[in-house]
Amino acid sequence: MALTGVLRPGHVALRVLELEPALKHYRDVLGLIEVARDDKGRVFLKAWDEHDHHSVVLREADEAGMDYMGWKVASPATLKKLAADVEQSGLATEMSWIPAGEHPATGERFRFTIPTGHVMELFAEKEIIGNNCGTDGQDINPDPWPDGLKGIAATRFDHCLLYGDDLDGTVKLFTEVLGFGIAEQVMLAGDKKFMIGAFLSCSNKAHDVAFIRQPVKGKFHHASFELRSWEQVLRAGDILSRTKTSIDIGPTRHGITRGETIYFFDPSGNRNEVFSGGYIYYPDKPTITWYDESLEPAIFYHDRKLNEAFLSVFT
Amino acid sequence: MKHTVTIENTGETFRCDEQTNVLLGMEQLCRKGIPVGCRNGGCGVCKVQVNKGQYAKRKMSRGVVSAEEEASGCVLACKIFPQSDLEVEVVGKMARAIVAQQSASSDSGFTTTMKTNKPEEEK
Repeated sequence: MALTGVLRPGHVALRVLELEPALKHYRDVLGLIEVARDDKGRVFLKAWDEHDHHSVVLREADEAGMDYMGWKVASPATLKKLAADVEQSGLATEMSWIPAGEHPATGERFRFTIPTGHVMELFAEKEIIGNNCGTDGQDINPDPWPDGLKGIAATRFDHCLLYGDDLDGTVKLFTEVLGFGIAEQVMLAGDKKFMIGAFLSCSNKAHDVAFIRQPVKGKFHHASFELRSWEQVLRAGDILSRTKTSIDIGPTRHGITRGETIYFFDPSGNRNEVFSGGYIYYPDKPTITWYDESLEPAIFYHDRKLNEAFLSVFT
Repeated sequence: MKHTVTIENTGETFRCDEQTNVLLGMEQLCRKGIPVGCRNGGCGVCKVQVNKGQYAKRKMSRGVVSAEEEASGCVLACKIFPQSDLEVEVVGKMARAIVAQQSASSDSGFTTTMKTNKPEEEK
Protein backbone atom coordinates (compact mmCIF):
# COMPACT_ATOMS: atom_id res chain seq x y z
CA MET A 1 0.00 0.00 0.00
CA ALA A 2 1.49 3.29 -1.08
CA LEU A 3 -0.70 5.49 1.12
CA THR A 4 0.27 4.78 4.72
CA GLY A 5 0.22 6.51 8.09
CA VAL A 6 -2.66 8.97 8.32
CA LEU A 7 -5.19 8.09 5.60
CA ARG A 8 -7.88 10.78 5.74
CA PRO A 9 -10.08 13.00 7.89
CA GLY A 10 -12.33 10.48 9.62
CA HIS A 11 -14.74 12.66 11.57
CA VAL A 12 -15.51 16.15 12.76
CA ALA A 13 -17.44 16.77 15.98
CA LEU A 14 -19.43 19.99 15.97
CA ARG A 15 -21.31 21.82 18.71
CA VAL A 16 -24.73 23.13 17.73
CA LEU A 17 -27.05 25.42 19.69
CA GLU A 18 -30.24 23.47 18.91
CA LEU A 19 -30.17 19.89 17.68
CA GLU A 20 -33.36 19.72 15.60
CA PRO A 21 -32.61 22.68 13.29
CA ALA A 22 -29.03 21.38 12.97
CA LEU A 23 -30.30 17.95 11.93
CA LYS A 24 -32.63 19.46 9.35
CA HIS A 25 -29.61 21.27 7.93
CA TYR A 26 -27.05 18.46 7.92
CA ARG A 27 -29.50 15.70 6.96
CA ASP A 28 -32.11 17.37 4.75
CA VAL A 29 -30.13 20.23 3.16
CA LEU A 30 -26.56 18.95 3.04
CA GLY A 31 -27.87 15.43 2.55
CA LEU A 32 -25.89 13.51 5.14
CA ILE A 33 -27.35 10.22 6.36
CA GLU A 34 -28.18 9.78 10.05
CA VAL A 35 -26.49 6.60 11.24
CA ALA A 36 -26.80 6.52 15.03
CA ARG A 37 -27.63 8.39 18.23
CA ASP A 38 -26.17 7.72 21.65
CA ASP A 39 -27.33 8.14 25.24
CA LYS A 40 -25.46 11.47 25.46
CA GLY A 41 -27.78 12.87 22.81
CA ARG A 42 -25.11 12.93 20.12
CA VAL A 43 -26.12 12.29 16.53
CA PHE A 44 -23.75 10.51 14.14
CA LEU A 45 -24.01 11.02 10.38
CA LYS A 46 -22.14 10.05 7.23
CA ALA A 47 -22.02 11.26 3.65
CA TRP A 48 -23.38 8.79 1.13
CA ASP A 49 -20.12 7.78 -0.55
CA GLU A 50 -18.22 7.20 2.68
CA HIS A 51 -17.86 3.60 3.73
CA ASP A 52 -17.02 4.17 7.41
CA HIS A 53 -19.78 4.25 10.01
CA HIS A 54 -19.86 8.03 10.53
CA SER A 55 -17.96 11.21 9.71
CA VAL A 56 -19.96 13.99 11.40
CA VAL A 57 -20.91 14.13 15.07
CA LEU A 58 -23.39 16.74 16.33
CA ARG A 59 -23.79 17.67 20.00
CA GLU A 60 -26.15 20.26 21.45
CA ALA A 61 -24.22 22.83 23.50
CA ASP A 62 -24.34 26.44 24.70
CA GLU A 63 -21.46 27.41 22.42
CA ALA A 64 -21.07 26.76 18.68
CA GLY A 65 -17.78 25.51 17.22
CA MET A 66 -15.72 22.36 16.81
CA ASP A 67 -15.04 19.87 19.60
CA TYR A 68 -12.45 17.85 17.68
CA MET A 69 -11.43 16.40 14.34
CA GLY A 70 -10.52 12.71 13.94
CA TRP A 71 -8.08 11.06 11.53
CA LYS A 72 -8.27 7.50 10.23
CA VAL A 73 -4.85 5.83 10.23
CA ALA A 74 -3.79 2.72 8.33
CA SER A 75 -3.75 0.12 11.12
CA PRO A 76 -3.77 -0.42 14.90
CA ALA A 77 0.03 -0.69 14.78
CA THR A 78 0.22 2.64 12.96
CA LEU A 79 -2.04 4.15 15.61
CA LYS A 80 0.31 3.03 18.43
CA LYS A 81 3.35 4.29 16.56
CA LEU A 82 1.89 7.69 15.64
CA ALA A 83 0.54 8.17 19.19
CA ALA A 84 4.04 7.50 20.57
CA ASP A 85 5.56 9.86 18.00
CA VAL A 86 3.09 12.63 18.91
CA GLU A 87 3.85 12.10 22.59
CA GLN A 88 7.61 12.21 22.01
CA SER A 89 7.47 15.29 19.80
CA GLY A 90 6.69 17.57 22.72
CA LEU A 91 4.39 19.52 20.38
CA ALA A 92 1.07 18.22 21.71
CA THR A 93 -0.66 18.65 25.07
CA GLU A 94 -3.60 17.06 26.90
CA MET A 95 -3.01 13.61 25.45
CA SER A 96 -5.37 10.77 26.31
CA TRP A 97 -6.79 7.49 25.01
CA ILE A 98 -10.54 7.40 24.41
CA PRO A 99 -11.76 3.81 24.85
CA ALA A 100 -13.23 1.81 21.99
CA GLY A 101 -16.99 2.21 21.75
CA GLU A 102 -17.10 5.79 23.04
CA HIS A 103 -18.08 6.58 19.47
CA PRO A 104 -20.39 3.83 18.22
CA ALA A 105 -18.73 1.24 15.96
CA THR A 106 -15.32 2.84 16.52
CA GLY A 107 -12.08 1.57 18.04
CA GLU A 108 -9.92 3.40 20.56
CA ARG A 109 -8.88 6.94 19.72
CA PHE A 110 -5.72 8.83 20.70
CA ARG A 111 -6.67 12.40 21.52
CA PHE A 112 -4.31 15.37 21.75
CA THR A 113 -4.32 19.16 21.53
CA ILE A 114 -2.16 20.80 18.85
CA PRO A 115 -0.28 24.12 19.21
CA THR A 116 -3.11 26.13 17.59
CA GLY A 117 -5.41 24.86 20.37
CA HIS A 118 -7.45 22.38 18.31
CA VAL A 119 -8.25 18.91 19.62
CA MET A 120 -7.28 16.13 17.19
CA GLU A 121 -7.78 12.38 17.33
CA LEU A 122 -6.20 9.39 15.61
CA PHE A 123 -8.06 6.11 15.25
CA ALA A 124 -7.55 2.92 13.24
CA GLU A 125 -10.87 1.14 13.39
CA LYS A 126 -14.39 2.14 12.47
CA GLU A 127 -17.01 -0.26 11.22
CA ILE A 128 -17.39 -0.27 7.44
CA ILE A 129 -21.07 0.00 6.60
CA GLY A 130 -20.66 0.83 2.93
CA ASN A 131 -22.20 3.29 0.50
CA ASN A 132 -25.33 1.34 -0.42
CA CYS A 133 -24.45 1.19 -4.12
CA GLY A 134 -24.03 -2.56 -4.47
CA THR A 135 -26.74 -4.36 -6.44
CA ASP A 136 -25.89 -7.88 -5.29
CA GLY A 137 -24.43 -7.29 -1.85
CA GLN A 138 -22.21 -4.50 -0.56
CA ASP A 139 -19.67 -3.43 -3.21
CA ILE A 140 -20.81 -6.11 -5.64
CA ASN A 141 -21.77 -4.88 -9.12
CA PRO A 142 -22.42 -1.38 -7.77
CA ASP A 143 -24.51 1.41 -9.26
CA PRO A 144 -22.71 4.77 -9.50
CA TRP A 145 -24.90 6.29 -6.78
CA PRO A 146 -27.64 5.01 -4.51
CA ASP A 147 -31.36 5.75 -4.46
CA GLY A 148 -32.93 8.02 -1.87
CA LEU A 149 -30.34 10.79 -1.64
CA LYS A 150 -31.52 14.06 -0.11
CA GLY A 151 -30.70 17.71 -0.76
CA ILE A 152 -27.18 18.60 -1.82
CA ALA A 153 -26.06 14.98 -1.24
CA ALA A 154 -22.39 15.71 -0.56
CA THR A 155 -20.20 12.67 -1.20
CA ARG A 156 -17.84 12.93 1.77
CA PHE A 157 -16.56 15.01 4.67
CA ASP A 158 -13.41 16.33 3.06
CA HIS A 159 -11.41 18.77 5.23
CA CYS A 160 -11.54 21.57 7.80
CA LEU A 161 -10.05 25.06 7.80
CA LEU A 162 -9.06 26.09 11.31
CA TYR A 163 -7.85 29.35 12.90
CA GLY A 164 -5.19 29.51 15.57
CA ASP A 165 -2.12 31.32 16.83
CA ASP A 166 0.85 28.94 16.86
CA LEU A 167 0.75 28.04 13.19
CA ASP A 168 4.43 27.10 13.13
CA GLY A 169 4.01 24.53 15.89
CA THR A 170 0.94 22.97 14.31
CA VAL A 171 2.54 22.79 10.85
CA LYS A 172 5.64 21.20 12.41
CA LEU A 173 3.49 18.57 14.13
CA PHE A 174 1.50 17.74 11.01
CA THR A 175 4.48 17.63 8.65
CA GLU A 176 7.31 16.22 10.79
CA VAL A 177 5.33 13.87 13.05
CA LEU A 178 2.16 12.94 11.16
CA GLY A 179 3.72 12.89 7.69
CA PHE A 180 1.61 15.53 5.94
CA GLY A 181 2.91 17.53 2.99
CA ILE A 182 2.44 21.27 2.46
CA ALA A 183 0.43 21.54 -0.76
CA GLU A 184 0.11 25.32 -0.55
CA GLN A 185 1.28 28.04 1.80
CA VAL A 186 0.58 31.75 2.26
CA MET A 187 3.60 33.80 3.31
CA LEU A 188 4.22 37.46 4.15
CA ALA A 189 5.72 39.34 1.18
CA GLY A 190 7.70 41.46 3.64
CA ASP A 191 9.14 38.42 5.42
CA LYS A 192 9.10 35.48 3.09
CA LYS A 193 9.75 33.00 5.89
CA PHE A 194 6.70 34.04 7.91
CA MET A 195 3.76 31.76 7.22
CA ILE A 196 0.16 32.93 7.63
CA GLY A 197 -1.63 29.99 6.01
CA ALA A 198 -0.88 26.29 5.44
CA PHE A 199 -2.84 23.81 3.32
CA LEU A 200 -1.77 20.31 4.33
CA SER A 201 -2.31 16.97 2.61
CA CYS A 202 -1.90 13.41 3.90
CA SER A 203 -3.22 11.96 0.65
CA ASN A 204 -3.71 12.79 -3.03
CA LYS A 205 -6.08 15.65 -2.16
CA ALA A 206 -5.04 19.28 -2.45
CA HIS A 207 -5.77 19.58 1.28
CA ASP A 208 -6.99 17.42 4.13
CA VAL A 209 -6.76 20.25 6.65
CA ALA A 210 -5.80 23.92 6.50
CA PHE A 211 -4.73 26.41 9.15
CA ILE A 212 -4.66 30.19 9.09
CA ARG A 213 -2.72 32.20 11.63
CA GLN A 214 -5.06 34.29 13.77
CA PRO A 215 -4.60 35.49 17.36
CA VAL A 216 -7.08 32.92 18.74
CA LYS A 217 -6.95 29.36 20.06
CA GLY A 218 -8.86 26.41 18.69
CA LYS A 219 -11.25 28.26 16.38
CA PHE A 220 -13.24 26.71 13.56
CA HIS A 221 -13.56 28.36 10.15
CA HIS A 222 -15.35 25.65 8.18
CA ALA A 223 -15.95 21.97 7.57
CA SER A 224 -15.98 21.10 3.89
CA PHE A 225 -17.95 18.46 2.04
CA GLU A 226 -17.13 17.24 -1.43
CA LEU A 227 -19.19 17.36 -4.61
CA ARG A 228 -18.10 15.81 -7.89
CA SER A 229 -18.53 18.71 -10.33
CA TRP A 230 -18.91 22.47 -10.71
CA GLU A 231 -22.46 21.82 -11.92
CA GLN A 232 -23.19 20.08 -8.60
CA VAL A 233 -21.84 23.13 -6.76
CA LEU A 234 -24.26 25.36 -8.72
CA ARG A 235 -27.11 22.95 -7.92
CA ALA A 236 -26.09 23.19 -4.26
CA GLY A 237 -26.44 26.97 -4.56
CA ASP A 238 -30.02 26.48 -5.76
CA ILE A 239 -30.81 24.22 -2.82
CA LEU A 240 -29.24 26.61 -0.30
CA SER A 241 -31.33 29.48 -1.66
CA ARG A 242 -34.53 27.41 -1.78
CA THR A 243 -34.05 26.37 1.86
CA LYS A 244 -33.14 29.97 2.84
CA THR A 245 -29.83 28.78 4.23
CA SER A 246 -27.48 31.58 5.31
CA ILE A 247 -24.97 31.83 2.45
CA ASP A 248 -21.60 33.43 3.11
CA ILE A 249 -20.18 33.59 -0.42
CA GLY A 250 -20.34 31.84 -3.75
CA PRO A 251 -20.62 29.92 -5.92
CA THR A 252 -17.08 31.02 -6.78
CA ARG A 253 -13.57 29.59 -7.07
CA HIS A 254 -10.64 29.51 -4.67
CA GLY A 255 -7.22 30.38 -6.08
CA ILE A 256 -5.72 28.18 -3.36
CA THR A 257 -6.42 24.51 -4.27
CA ARG A 258 -8.43 25.69 -7.35
CA GLY A 259 -11.60 24.39 -5.71
CA GLU A 260 -15.06 25.54 -6.84
CA THR A 261 -16.95 26.49 -3.74
CA ILE A 262 -19.87 27.82 -1.74
CA TYR A 263 -19.50 28.86 1.90
CA PHE A 264 -22.66 28.79 4.02
CA PHE A 265 -23.64 28.51 7.68
CA ASP A 266 -25.39 25.84 9.69
CA PRO A 267 -28.22 27.06 11.98
CA SER A 268 -25.70 27.61 14.81
CA GLY A 269 -23.32 29.72 12.72
CA ASN A 270 -20.74 27.01 12.03
CA ARG A 271 -19.49 27.55 8.49
CA ASN A 272 -19.81 24.72 5.97
CA GLU A 273 -18.41 24.46 2.47
CA VAL A 274 -19.36 22.33 -0.47
CA PHE A 275 -16.70 22.22 -3.14
CA SER A 276 -15.49 20.34 -6.18
CA GLY A 277 -12.33 20.27 -8.23
CA GLY A 278 -8.79 20.88 -7.13
CA TYR A 279 -5.88 18.78 -8.33
CA ILE A 280 -4.03 15.61 -7.45
CA TYR A 281 -1.35 16.10 -4.83
CA TYR A 282 1.73 13.87 -4.57
CA PRO A 283 4.37 14.06 -1.84
CA ASP A 284 6.94 15.21 -4.42
CA LYS A 285 4.74 17.93 -5.88
CA PRO A 286 6.35 21.34 -5.35
CA THR A 287 4.62 23.46 -2.72
CA ILE A 288 2.58 26.33 -4.15
CA THR A 289 3.34 29.66 -2.46
CA TRP A 290 1.08 32.69 -2.27
CA TYR A 291 2.14 36.01 -0.76
CA ASP A 292 -0.21 38.04 1.37
CA GLU A 293 -0.37 40.80 -1.25
CA SER A 294 -2.18 38.24 -3.45
CA LEU A 295 -4.33 36.90 -0.62
CA GLU A 296 -7.57 38.19 -2.13
CA PRO A 297 -7.50 36.16 -5.39
CA ALA A 298 -5.90 33.29 -3.47
CA ILE A 299 -9.03 33.04 -1.35
CA PHE A 300 -11.75 34.17 -3.79
CA TYR A 301 -10.37 34.00 -7.31
CA HIS A 302 -13.30 35.54 -9.18
CA ASP A 303 -14.02 38.51 -6.89
CA ARG A 304 -10.30 39.10 -6.24
CA LYS A 305 -11.21 40.49 -2.83
CA LEU A 306 -12.03 39.04 0.56
CA ASN A 307 -15.47 39.44 1.99
CA GLU A 308 -15.56 40.84 5.52
CA ALA A 309 -16.72 37.52 6.87
CA PHE A 310 -13.73 35.46 5.74
CA LEU A 311 -11.44 36.60 8.54
CA SER A 312 -13.90 37.86 11.14
CA VAL A 313 -16.57 35.16 11.18
CA PHE A 314 -15.67 31.88 12.87
CA THR A 315 -16.93 29.78 15.78
CA MET B 1 -46.75 44.37 13.79
CA LYS B 2 -43.77 46.45 12.68
CA HIS B 3 -41.48 48.47 14.90
CA THR B 4 -38.76 51.01 14.18
CA VAL B 5 -35.17 49.96 14.86
CA THR B 6 -32.64 52.77 15.23
CA ILE B 7 -28.90 52.08 14.92
CA GLU B 8 -27.37 54.73 17.17
CA ASN B 9 -23.85 54.53 15.66
CA THR B 10 -25.07 55.69 12.25
CA GLY B 11 -28.53 57.13 12.85
CA GLU B 12 -29.92 54.59 10.38
CA THR B 13 -33.52 53.44 10.99
CA PHE B 14 -35.60 50.65 9.50
CA ARG B 15 -38.90 48.92 10.15
CA CYS B 16 -38.92 45.33 11.36
CA ASP B 17 -41.83 43.05 12.24
CA GLU B 18 -42.07 40.98 15.42
CA GLN B 19 -41.43 37.64 13.69
CA THR B 20 -38.24 38.80 11.93
CA ASN B 21 -34.90 39.06 13.65
CA VAL B 22 -33.37 42.53 13.63
CA LEU B 23 -30.44 41.57 11.40
CA LEU B 24 -32.62 39.93 8.76
CA GLY B 25 -35.05 42.88 8.93
CA MET B 26 -32.16 45.18 8.12
CA GLU B 27 -30.81 42.94 5.33
CA GLN B 28 -34.23 42.47 3.70
CA LEU B 29 -34.52 46.23 3.24
CA CYS B 30 -30.96 46.46 1.87
CA ARG B 31 -30.09 48.65 4.83
CA LYS B 32 -26.66 48.73 6.49
CA GLY B 33 -25.24 49.51 9.89
CA ILE B 34 -25.09 46.22 11.77
CA PRO B 35 -22.29 43.96 10.52
CA VAL B 36 -23.52 40.69 9.03
CA GLY B 37 -21.74 37.46 9.92
CA CYS B 38 -23.17 33.95 10.18
CA ARG B 39 -26.74 35.22 10.79
CA ASN B 40 -27.29 32.24 13.11
CA GLY B 41 -26.09 33.20 16.59
CA GLY B 42 -22.62 31.66 16.43
CA CYS B 43 -20.01 34.24 15.41
CA GLY B 44 -20.89 37.37 17.40
CA VAL B 45 -20.21 39.82 14.58
CA CYS B 46 -23.69 41.42 14.85
CA LYS B 47 -23.49 42.07 18.59
CA VAL B 48 -25.51 45.11 19.70
CA GLN B 49 -26.34 46.79 22.98
CA VAL B 50 -30.08 47.40 23.17
CA ASN B 51 -30.39 50.75 24.92
CA LYS B 52 -34.14 51.12 24.60
CA GLY B 53 -37.09 48.87 23.84
CA GLN B 54 -38.44 45.34 24.31
CA TYR B 55 -37.47 42.25 22.33
CA ALA B 56 -37.89 38.49 22.28
CA LYS B 57 -34.77 36.37 21.82
CA ARG B 58 -33.53 32.92 20.82
CA LYS B 59 -30.48 30.95 21.87
CA MET B 60 -27.10 32.52 21.05
CA SER B 61 -23.60 31.08 21.46
CA ARG B 62 -22.03 31.52 24.92
CA GLY B 63 -18.72 31.71 23.08
CA VAL B 64 -19.60 35.23 21.97
CA VAL B 65 -22.30 36.44 24.42
CA SER B 66 -21.89 35.79 28.16
CA ALA B 67 -24.92 35.25 30.40
CA GLU B 68 -24.19 38.63 32.03
CA GLU B 69 -24.05 40.39 28.68
CA GLU B 70 -27.27 38.76 27.54
CA ALA B 71 -29.02 39.82 30.78
CA SER B 72 -27.86 43.42 30.31
CA GLY B 73 -29.16 43.67 26.74
CA CYS B 74 -25.87 43.02 24.97
CA VAL B 75 -27.15 40.52 22.41
CA LEU B 76 -26.88 39.33 18.82
CA ALA B 77 -29.06 41.21 16.34
CA CYS B 78 -29.69 37.93 14.48
CA LYS B 79 -31.34 36.42 17.56
CA ILE B 80 -33.60 39.24 18.77
CA PHE B 81 -37.13 40.02 17.58
CA PRO B 82 -38.51 43.52 18.26
CA GLN B 83 -41.59 43.77 20.49
CA SER B 84 -41.46 47.59 20.52
CA ASP B 85 -39.36 50.28 18.87
CA LEU B 86 -35.68 49.55 19.53
CA GLU B 87 -32.57 51.68 19.87
CA VAL B 88 -29.41 49.63 19.40
CA GLU B 89 -25.71 50.37 19.44
CA VAL B 90 -23.31 48.19 17.43
CA VAL B 91 -20.65 46.79 19.80
CA GLY B 92 -19.44 43.69 17.91
CA LYS B 93 -15.88 43.17 16.81
CA MET B 94 -16.53 45.01 13.53
CA ALA B 95 -18.21 48.07 15.06
CA ARG B 96 -15.24 50.31 14.35
CA ALA B 97 -15.04 49.17 10.74
CA ILE B 98 -18.67 50.13 10.17
CA VAL B 99 -18.21 53.69 11.39
CA ALA B 100 -14.96 54.00 9.44
CA GLN B 101 -16.65 52.65 6.31
CA GLN B 102 -19.27 55.38 6.58
CA SER B 103 -16.79 58.25 6.76
CA ALA B 104 -14.26 57.02 4.23
CA SER B 105 -13.70 53.95 2.13
CA SER B 106 -10.16 53.38 3.32
CA ASP B 107 -8.33 50.06 3.31
CA SER B 108 -9.97 48.07 6.04
CA GLY B 109 -6.83 45.99 6.50
CA PHE B 110 -8.31 42.52 6.49
CA THR B 111 -4.94 40.88 6.80
CA THR B 112 -3.98 42.94 9.84
CA THR B 113 -5.08 40.33 12.36
CA MET B 114 -2.84 37.75 10.72
CA LYS B 115 0.13 40.10 10.65
CA THR B 116 -0.30 41.44 14.18
CA ASN B 117 0.19 37.94 15.46
CA LYS B 118 3.74 38.08 14.17
CA PRO B 119 6.29 38.05 16.96
CA GLU B 120 8.88 40.88 17.03
CA GLU B 121 7.63 43.00 14.14
CA GLU B 122 10.72 44.64 12.68
CA LYS B 123 10.99 48.40 13.09
